[in-house]
Amino acid sequence: MSGNGTSRSGGAGSADSSAPRRNSNSKRPKYSRFTQQELPACKPILTPKWVISAFTVISIIFIPIGVAALLASRDVVEIIDQYETDCIPVVSRGNQDAEIEFIKSNASKTCHRKLTVTKHMKKPIYVYYQLDKFYQNHRRYVKSRNDAQLKSNDSWDDTSGCDPEATANGSPIVPCGLIAWSLFNDTYDFSVNNKQLNVNTHGISWKSDRDHKFGSDVFPKNFQKGTLIGGGSLDANKSLSEQENLIVWMRTAALPTFRKLYGKIEQDLYENMTVQVTLENNYNTYSFSGKKKLVLSTSGWLGGKNDFLGIAYLTVGGLCFFLAIVFTVVYLVKPRRLGDPSYLSWNRNPGGRLGT
Amino acid sequence: MSGSLDSRSTMKRYVYINDDLSKDLYCDNHISNRKYNVLNFLPKNLWEQFRRFMNIYFLLIACLELWSLITPVSPATTWGPLILIFAVSATKEAWDDYNRYLLDKQANEKEVWVVKQGVKKLIQAQDIHVGDIVWLHENDEVPCDLVLLGTSDIQGVCYVETAALDGETDLKTRVIPSACAGIASEMLHKIKGVIECPNPDNDIRRFDANLRLFPPFTDNDLCPLTINNTMLQSCYLRNTGWACGAAVYTGNETKLGMSRGVPEPKLTAVDAMIDKLTQAIFLFQIVVVVVLGTAGNVWKEIEARKQWYVLYPNEGPWYELLVIPLRFELLCSIMIPISLKVSLDIVKSLYANFIDWDQEMYDHETSTPSHATNTAISEDLGQVDYILTDKTGTLTENKMIFRRCCINGIFYGNESGDALKDPLLINAVATNSPDVILFLMVMAICNTVIPTKSKNGSIIYKAQSQDEDALVRAAAHLHLAFVNKSGNILEINLNGAVLLYEILETLEFTYERKRMSVVVKNCQTGKIILLSKGADEAILPLACSGQQIGAFVEAVEQYSQLGLRTLCLAWRELKEDEYQEWSSLFKEAKTTLVDRERRLAEVCQRLENNLEILGITAIEDRLQDGVPETIETLRKAGINFWMLTGDKQNTAMQIAVLCHFISPEPKGQLLLINGQTEDEVSSSLKKALLTMRITTSEPKDVAFVVDGWALEIVLNNYREAFTELAILSRTAICCRVTPSQKAQLVKLLKSLDYRILAIGDGGNDVKMIQQADIGVGISGREGLQAARAADYSIGKFRFLKRLILVHGRYSYNRTAFLSQYSFYKSLLICFIQIFFSFISGISGTSLFNSVSLMAYNVFYTSFPVLVSVLDKDLSERTVMQHPEIFSYCQAGRLLNPITFAGWFGRSLFHALVVFLITIHAYAYEKSEMEELSMVALSGCIWLQAFVVTMETNSFTVPQHLAIWGNLAAFYVINFIFSALPTSEMYMIMFQLCRQPSYWIAIFMTVAVGIGPVLALKYFRCTYRPTAIDILQQAEHMGRRILSLGNVNPHPRSLDEEVAPLAITQPKNCSPVYEPLLSDSPTATSRSICNNSI
Repeated sequence: MSGNGTSRSGGAGSADSSAPRRNSNSKRPKYSRFTQQELPACKPILTPKWVISAFTVISIIFIPIGVAALLASRDVVEIIDQYETDCIPVVSRGNQDAEIEFIKSNASKTCHRKLTVTKHMKKPIYVYYQLDKFYQNHRRYVKSRNDAQLKSNDSWDDTSGCDPEATANGSPIVPCGLIAWSLFNDTYDFSVNNKQLNVNTHGISWKSDRDHKFGSDVFPKNFQKGTLIGGGSLDANKSLSEQENLIVWMRTAALPTFRKLYGKIEQDLYENMTVQVTLENNYNTYSFSGKKKLVLSTSGWLGGKNDFLGIAYLTVGGLCFFLAIVFTVVYLVKPRRLGDPSYLSWNRNPGGRLGT
Repeated sequence: MSGSLDSRSTMKRYVYINDDLSKDLYCDNHISNRKYNVLNFLPKNLWEQFRRFMNIYFLLIACLELWSLITPVSPATTWGPLILIFAVSATKEAWDDYNRYLLDKQANEKEVWVVKQGVKKLIQAQDIHVGDIVWLHENDEVPCDLVLLGTSDIQGVCYVETAALDGETDLKTRVIPSACAGIASEMLHKIKGVIECPNPDNDIRRFDANLRLFPPFTDNDLCPLTINNTMLQSCYLRNTGWACGAAVYTGNETKLGMSRGVPEPKLTAVDAMIDKLTQAIFLFQIVVVVVLGTAGNVWKEIEARKQWYVLYPNEGPWYELLVIPLRFELLCSIMIPISLKVSLDIVKSLYANFIDWDQEMYDHETSTPSHATNTAISEDLGQVDYILTDKTGTLTENKMIFRRCCINGIFYGNESGDALKDPLLINAVATNSPDVILFLMVMAICNTVIPTKSKNGSIIYKAQSQDEDALVRAAAHLHLAFVNKSGNILEINLNGAVLLYEILETLEFTYERKRMSVVVKNCQTGKIILLSKGADEAILPLACSGQQIGAFVEAVEQYSQLGLRTLCLAWRELKEDEYQEWSSLFKEAKTTLVDRERRLAEVCQRLENNLEILGITAIEDRLQDGVPETIETLRKAGINFWMLTGDKQNTAMQIAVLCHFISPEPKGQLLLINGQTEDEVSSSLKKALLTMRITTSEPKDVAFVVDGWALEIVLNNYREAFTELAILSRTAICCRVTPSQKAQLVKLLKSLDYRILAIGDGGNDVKMIQQADIGVGISGREGLQAARAADYSIGKFRFLKRLILVHGRYSYNRTAFLSQYSFYKSLLICFIQIFFSFISGISGTSLFNSVSLMAYNVFYTSFPVLVSVLDKDLSERTVMQHPEIFSYCQAGRLLNPITFAGWFGRSLFHALVVFLITIHAYAYEKSEMEELSMVALSGCIWLQAFVVTMETNSFTVPQHLAIWGNLAAFYVINFIFSALPTSEMYMIMFQLCRQPSYWIAIFMTVAVGIGPVLALKYFRCTYRPTAIDILQQAEHMGRRILSLGNVNPHPRSLDEEVAPLAITQPKNCSPVYEPLLSDSPTATSRSICNNSI
């Protein structure tokens, strides 16, 4: 990016009086393979053999992986229960305004659900809540937090970037920002045959977050005390590093449909078992007609139930196999000599006359 | 002093010698080549850098990023690279400037002897003022432009070496003005006078001034000064005890200082194309910003208000509507790769270095390596359409050998081919045949040669012209030796007898006059004679009316048929009074300040008439090694050759045939455009044009020949017809053209949007070289003038083949890949950001964090592509065997809107692949932002590594290291960031690398992204191969490839119907290529325009 891109030495007859000195060999450029552009090089070209075997190999590798991935996904047992409509009074259903009015009211929001286990579920069983059309990745939302404040009590009053949820009643909010403010606050209680199912909510967040991102000396202050109440509130006596539901919530999702871990059930559930769920339907997804789902899921080596990778691998493997066969057939039916100079345009038209 | 004030208005300066009064009128001798000083460096450098549109754009983006409301990422992502780029180029500038400062300081503080108030004093060179008398000793460097006043030599002669000024290494003689003759050295301290000279200019060949010494030194007479009375700054005094002179131009106003200056940077066709593509991307970006900005605002009104958790205020500030578009502008700003210019500068300097380093372009004979003075235009070498070449010294060796002569109708040397061995001639000399002696006399003394005695007693001639050198040597060989020159007295040794001649006047050679003469007085007899030599057309018309010149015309004809250079020699005896009368006129002409050259020519003409022609000399100038092969290869490569020479038509045509420039009959056909009058010229032009149109459809080599006189008429009156002819003809010979006509021709072809390469070796080619897109100078015997003015200097003409076909072609290919790839990688990440905005409420969220974005352009993606400058699609040998392949770069097939669209599409496709696979593989519980963004980024990095691999033709170790090492470095860098607890991506990369789903998703991305590209490429290479593919395959097979048939280069074919169109839109017409084979037949800058019929 020099001034003009050229590096001409200052015009005619400037300081470099490099008149050629005759009879001296010092000016001969030194030989090296690099300077002569003669570095040994391999020049692969796309021969039919090479390409066909490449596609064959890909298909041979991809199809088994696809099968394995699909099996892993099929092995995962998943129970999904969509409850946002069923958990409001019948009269309010279908009318958005009524729904919003209900969710904002002080009426009891307790709701009972029954889940039937379709297949044996081995422990640990993960309990997720799934939200739809919830834009945690929105530009206004995703940045509305202050990592310094979350990390250490020393900067408890640092609320930069947290607007409009930075202060309430004139003093800083800890934890500040829209993300914390909109904390998900539905709760779930599980029981099987009227026996409480223990849901472990410890260790659901990332260890690195507990240890390094959320300080053990930071306690909620002034939280949800503003004029607008967002989502859940926090126990002011527990440090942020212990409030794992907050930590999980603040790991923002990149997609508008996402699941977040609520807890883990540390025991097996057997086929045809019925799990009773008592849930508090507190969180407002009705304003934006979002869905709420409760998900119980086991986990395989690829994670939760997701057929995408398996199917994609099978498809790609299949397509590669197909291409390999097509190329082979074309190669056999219409062989073509590679590098035949008679294909060169100037050789095909002796006399150099072209295209008239 | 009032005179000197008036003089300003008349463009003259009056220098009062040894007079302190005038010293403050002009600047002192402080030299400064610096562009900056400490105070203005920063603002001036920044101003320079900000004259580039791109830099302003990036600064604007960087400033916008400071507004935290709209910035999607930390401002460091733009500021970092921007400051880095600015710092790098500012440092480079500062370093260059500092070196210039050191050199200046050295020159300024050098101590010189100067006469002050009649006393010699040692002062620093920078304190010299105009009018000071500067005293120099042997081997001193001249500190400023001086008018010589005295030397240690009694004759008032001194010798200077002007190598630093014009590159000519032979010594030049300088003499004191006649007015100063005979002034004793101690008197010089007190000399007073006035020099009337033009205002400073940069013409180092000319100094039209007058000197008037004040009494008591002389009789107040005007004495003319020429360049021969000066010593210019930076020359060295040689072989002379001392010399002194009056300073006339000082400091930066010297001739050298005035000719300094940064030449306009040349813009290559590739650069222009990249600029065009950048503008297109910029427009695309604006469209994206407007569309997404509007959509974002609409979504905000409709949807975001319902999303209670984002708490949109009901009333926004006035700029509310601008916020989202601006966010997208910032998000999309990476579409234009900030690193592109830096990468290009780096690779361009590497191309130039490859040229400098090339051993195969090293001239053993003169020990000169090739050199790229201009490092920025190597790609243009790969797109040359026309080569305009000089003849003498460029195609030929410029090593003149006297071969034959014709004296008074008798041909010598016809049998043996060497007149010097012709017994007839030797005999004639021995018998003192008067014609022959006179002939030899002209050969020996009608010149500017300086004989010097070497240590062993033999005589060495120092000549500026190779022809003169050959003639003087030949004369000496025939026992008429020019042995000494002391002042104006010449000493001739004829068969052992010494003859003395006094030179009265020298009527110098100019390219316009094409002849030179001397007026000499025979010291024995006192007779005054005029001896002339020059081109036949410049001498023969001046023959005295009685003389029969038929034999000479025939001789000229015969010699030029053989490709020999001819000179015509003549003489005339002058009467004393005739000479005296003319002499005063000549003196007056010599003292004119305005238009001196033309006046002098007029006066010379008065004397040079009624000549008696003595004979014709024929000098052989052999072709350089490998010239015919080089021209043939380059013509096969589709390059058109024009030969521009000052030589006469026959010689030029003969040389043209010898070097396969034109084919002899019947295959070749020459169309002559000549004539004495305008009508004749016009009709022959029309005829030539007609023939040309008809013959374009035949496989025939048609060339036109035009001479300087006809060219003058044609260029003035029939420009359009000539332009059409120029387009139709692949070959042309322009003979007897002047330097400015050469430049005019370059300009004409350039205006038709062809890439012109001009190659030459002498001072008369400088104009053409500077005018052309690419100037190549041959560092030859005529000095380094051409090589200095040129962009490239080579030792021999044959290196041109390698320069163009190897260096030019590779440079073009590499830059084409590098620039398009840079856009590809920027677009790739930008498209992902755009896709992501569709699932983030069109709010302008960045998927990637600041660190990743910054490192993506600067680290992750730049090294592999920089190392791709080592890529060679075809081996040098294959290219030389099949020069036709050059048409691919010439027509710009590898970098044009269509190929760019391919890269654009590829980036769109790859962005889709990465984005869709990422969001599906990392859905639901895995959809954490940081993780997902790293998966997407990894996908991009993997894809780009494979794309570089796919596009690389030859893998060397550094390339493997760069491609795969870069991939490894990506993980290393991210592991480091993941280990920092403060970083946003703490632990992310460790977690990801432990997940099988991460690797599976990445492999998926690579397979889906590269598979179709590979399949398509394979299909195209095998079933629709381009010539490059075929040759690559052939190379791979190790098959010996022979060109079928005797292949002609494609002549320009143009049908008559399309021809007029071709004139108005010549851009669209050029060598025609096979459409089937082209990558993008319609998009090439010069595409097929006549295939329809």
